[in-house]
Amino acid sequence: MNLLSEPVGLAHYLVVGAFLFVCGIVCMTIKRNAVGVLMGIELVLNGANLNFVAFGSWVLRDEGAASIGLDGQLLALFVIVLAAAEAAVALAIALNYYRTHATVDVDQGDELKG
Amino acid sequence: MEINCHAFFFLLMAFLTCAFALAVVISSNIVRMAFYLVLSLGGVAGLFFLAGADFLGGLQLMIYVGGTLVLLAFGVMLTARGPLVSMKTPPGQWVLAVVIGGSLLAVLLQTALSVDRWTGQPPSEARGLAEAPPTSAPLGLGLIGVRVDQLQQNNPALRAGMSGYLLAFEVISFHLVVVLVGAAYLARAKRRVEAAAKRQADS
Repeated sequence: MNLLSEPVGLAHYLVVGAFLFVCGIVCMTIKRNAVGVLMGIELVLNGANLNFVAFGSWVLRDEGAASIGLDGQLLALFVIVLAAAEAAVALAIALNYYRTHATVDVDQGDELKG
Repeated sequence: MEINCHAFFFLLMAFLTCAFALAVVISSNIVRMAFYLVLSLGGVAGLFFLAGADFLGGLQLMIYVGGTLVLLAFGVMLTARGPLVSMKTPPGQWVLAVVIGGSLLAVLLQTALSVDRWTGQPPSEARGLAEAPPTSAPLGLGLIGVRVDQLQQNNPALRAGMSGYLLAFEVISFHLVVVLVGAAYLARAKRRVEAAAKRQADS
């Protein structure tokens, strides 16, 4: 089984990152629960983080003119912090939605009037 | 048959991550979705460790698994009223979502696998994970403005950009303060009679 014996390259990480991203997108579009939509957002951001870390990885890539080195990990760090902040605000919005509509189903929020 | 240990652990972590991410999409029970998301993000932390980003893997575990998901669990608890009502999506929407998601995945995979530099042989001298330099100190120093990982930068045009991430660090610090204040204000306890009175008026 050549997947087990050959070393892991950059494309392996990009495939996993793409899969996480698409799972997050489908979760954001398909879930009726507002908290479920937030989980989709977390998946999307983690897929992007995996890409950043893979491109800046010392283990997966040759050091060369095109390697982004530590910048990949720094960008991923900022993405993590921003995602946590955005999850807090989005959850506050979801709580407000629940207070005004008495349900967390986003399909019930079909009127602009609050 | 020789097994590359790094490849074995990568496949294990990648399979865990992808399987639990798929479980988040498929599951209809919100508490189970939260738990599968915890496991998926833990798998991502494992993948970070395998890529040599040791500090970032620890940060992922602390912030995501230990913080954001606890936040989501609180959100689930605060918005569940009585028995957990399971909101199902009609199958027609599922088909549409899977078709669109599948085509996006196909495009992304085709892009990821088409660049020879990314799919070809990994580094010419096989770099082991054990020789990867530790990243905590360079990350910390990069955040306060000193790029110690690029001290031998000879290109004068690129040396100008070696001021590090100090401005971004400051911006994100007060961004967090603003978010804290904003979220606390948005989620403040209001009079509970609003929703009940509204339903009374509608009926």
